[in-house]
Amino acid sequence: MSKNGKPKFAMYWAAACGGCEIAVLNINEGILDVDANFDVVFWPVAMDAKYKDVEAMPDKSITLTLFNGAIRNDENAHIAQMLRAKSQVLVAFGACACEGGIPGLGNLSSKQQILDTAFSTISTDNPKELRPQTTFKMPEGALHIPTMYETVKSLDQVVPVDYYIPGCPPESNQIAAVVGLVIKALKGEAQLPPAGAVIGASQSTVCDECKRTRGEKTITQFTRMATFQPREDQCLLEQGILCSGMATRSGCDARCPVANMPCVGCYGPAPDVIDQGARMMSAVASVVDSKDPAEIEKIMRGVVDPTGTFYRFGMPRSLMRHAKG
Amino acid sequence: MQRITIDPITRLEGHGKIEIFLDPDGNVANTYFQIPELRGFEQFCVGRPVEEMPVLTGRICGVCPEAHHMAAAKAADAVYHVELPRTAAKLRELLYSAFYVTDHATHFYALGGPDFVMGPDAPVAERNILGVIHKVGLEIGGKVINARKAGHTVIEMIGGRKVHPCTSIPGGLSKGITVEQRDEILAMGKWAIEFAQFSLKLFADIVLGNKAYVDLILGDAYTHRTYSMGMVDENNKVNFYDGKVSVVDPEGKRLGKYAPSEYTDWIAERVEPWTYLKFPYLKKVGWKGFTDGKESGVYTATPLSRLNAADGMATPLAQAEYEKFYATLGGKPVHQRLATHWARLIELLYAAERWVELATDPEIASDNFRAIPTATPTEGVGIVEAPRGTLTHHYWTDARGVVTKVNLIVGTTNNYAPITMSIKKAAESFIKRGVVVSEGILNRVEMAFRAYDPCFGCATHSLPGQMPLEVTVRDARGNVVEVLKQFCD
Repeated sequence: MSKNGKPKFAMYWAAACGGCEIAVLNINEGILDVDANFDVVFWPVAMDAKYKDVEAMPDKSITLTLFNGAIRNDENAHIAQMLRAKSQVLVAFGACACEGGIPGLGNLSSKQQILDTAFSTISTDNPKELRPQTTFKMPEGALHIPTMYETVKSLDQVVPVDYYIPGCPPESNQIAAVVGLVIKALKGEAQLPPAGAVIGASQSTVCDECKRTRGEKTITQFTRMATFQPREDQCLLEQGILCSGMATRSGCDARCPVANMPCVGCYGPAPDVIDQGARMMSAVASVVDSKDPAEIEKIMRGVVDPTGTFYRFGMPRSLMRHAKG
Repeated sequence: MQRITIDPITRLEGHGKIEIFLDPDGNVANTYFQIPELRGFEQFCVGRPVEEMPVLTGRICGVCPEAHHMAAAKAADAVYHVELPRTAAKLRELLYSAFYVTDHATHFYALGGPDFVMGPDAPVAERNILGVIHKVGLEIGGKVINARKAGHTVIEMIGGRKVHPCTSIPGGLSKGITVEQRDEILAMGKWAIEFAQFSLKLFADIVLGNKAYVDLILGDAYTHRTYSMGMVDENNKVNFYDGKVSVVDPEGKRLGKYAPSEYTDWIAERVEPWTYLKFPYLKKVGWKGFTDGKESGVYTATPLSRLNAADGMATPLAQAEYEKFYATLGGKPVHQRLATHWARLIELLYAAERWVELATDPEIASDNFRAIPTATPTEGVGIVEAPRGTLTHHYWTDARGVVTKVNLIVGTTNNYAPITMSIKKAAESFIKRGVVVSEGILNRVEMAFRAYDPCFGCATHSLPGQMPLEVTVRDARGNVVEVLKQFCD
């Protein structure tokens, strides 16, 4: 507890885009509830950041920490470990912290490939083929930058996590509901779910929330949004579009299908699904309408990027974790 | 050698870090501004279907995903050699105009404005959005929240989501808008124009009416005479969504205009081994180091540079403000970086006027929002003006439209060299013979940063509107002599 008697709140971003923070700010007046009920001690995006002050806090002195972003380098990991030690409840917030997220697609390449590509693009002027050095001696002294890890990790691959709030970003109404629940629980008016639970989401799949009509799924050809305009009332998968709704946890009100776009899987694996990509692949395989191996192969060639499509947000925490290399 | 470390805990992709080295006399020898993180989109987008790029690259920045979404969609259109139906182009620009209103308004009120409205010497605790509301009235807070809400409502109606829109695809959009939605969008747009005018009046009353502020803007501490960059339409008027990129020299003479496909003739990026971010510069002029002037290829890409690089604004109210801007500040081009805040408000008014123009367009709610690509995909470049600078996406694909190569030059990155220069100048102004003017340097560095609205300052999203800074002064052996903190109680 703080001097003012309020429980302490922290939020941090690691390898992330900032969209999670915007989603939190989009709870609008809900932010005032956070302010009224918590002493915000650490939130770099919204207020003064105090690494050293956090370091100086006793262990378990922060009641609730929302951690967004994946772990891409040693600095991310260091802050994760520090906040774990200082927090009673550490929440993996958003797709990157939960599953690795879009930056997790970096696990299909090596760290060296990532650096080589970024520093040799068509507009890069780099005749000496320089690469960033974690320590570099300039005439005035040595300069340091963090060390990139070989792979991207989810938060729970670095420290134990108490809860998961999925989504890219989590929907603001879900965030507001979780904040409300925690405030009630602190007052003894509600119970927190068991540790390890996914919160701020629902217990079914995106398909269950989707209002499109569904018939029998028999696919003889996969199509792509690039060269196809789907009907707005019929199941996208039935129209041959690779929609991840079947394997993805609900909680977003099927926002992308409502916008006539396929579910991209940002809410992570559906309840009881261990590997979202594997679930999607078996779902896709089961709707292919053919028994002829040659024809099946022809149909499956329509899936031009199975790894990127089925593991778009979840590569680091999938069973594969990263490409072999 | 003595060293000072400034660690602003906010970022572009991670956290920016500033190192200041002092010479034996205690004056500034050099400054380094480091970006310590790289996520590698240029590598891991390879192998993805190109129509995924507007969704994938939105995750470069959750603050301005709309900009990446649009640049990516335009690059994907070019890859498929597809011409957009008029309604599609207009819908995208309408979304983008509403986004600009939201983004610029939040920056002015939450971040840039407090320095002026409250004054640079106001107590720290008052120099924030709450202080602004206190000074000019409670209803202003409601207006800012309303501007943010209205913009996000339009983004969601057209883009499908409030954060990370998803509807732009090669050839247009996955869906259009209804007549009812159009009417709602139009009503909000009319309100946005009034809000922009109100904001400009506030700026005129509080800032331009105060000689001390005008002197601060026109002073040398924040002046850098670089090249200016910005996108213009066929009449050389500022445009955020489409056109050619105009470049003018420090005297205001146009060096030329380039189409998106020609960007590699114009821009190159310098690599320094002590940071993960590259330094773009004008290829035709060349890299001469972190320095001003016509011989240096350093350029700026901000609201101020966009006004400098254009011949005017395409809408009447914004054009009148554009003329007043240059008349007040002594003619074109303007190089005083603090004038960027004023330029941003003129762009805010233009965006609101454009929002209404597009919402009034008879074609905006038509069903003609998509052309299905039929050509074999190859290669394409898409450019938009992100609020924080010219944003370039360049993709190559195989015949199936699967990405084989990616190049990105991101908004704030354009300004990496000028921001570095501004930091050095601020440091030099406030560190003399080892005497560190603590409050002065913190605030000046912060103000130097903030004029650019850098993404690592994370404009929109800073509730108290302050950039936290920590400066550590070290002696030659690296021992800590003094720690200066701002907002680190």
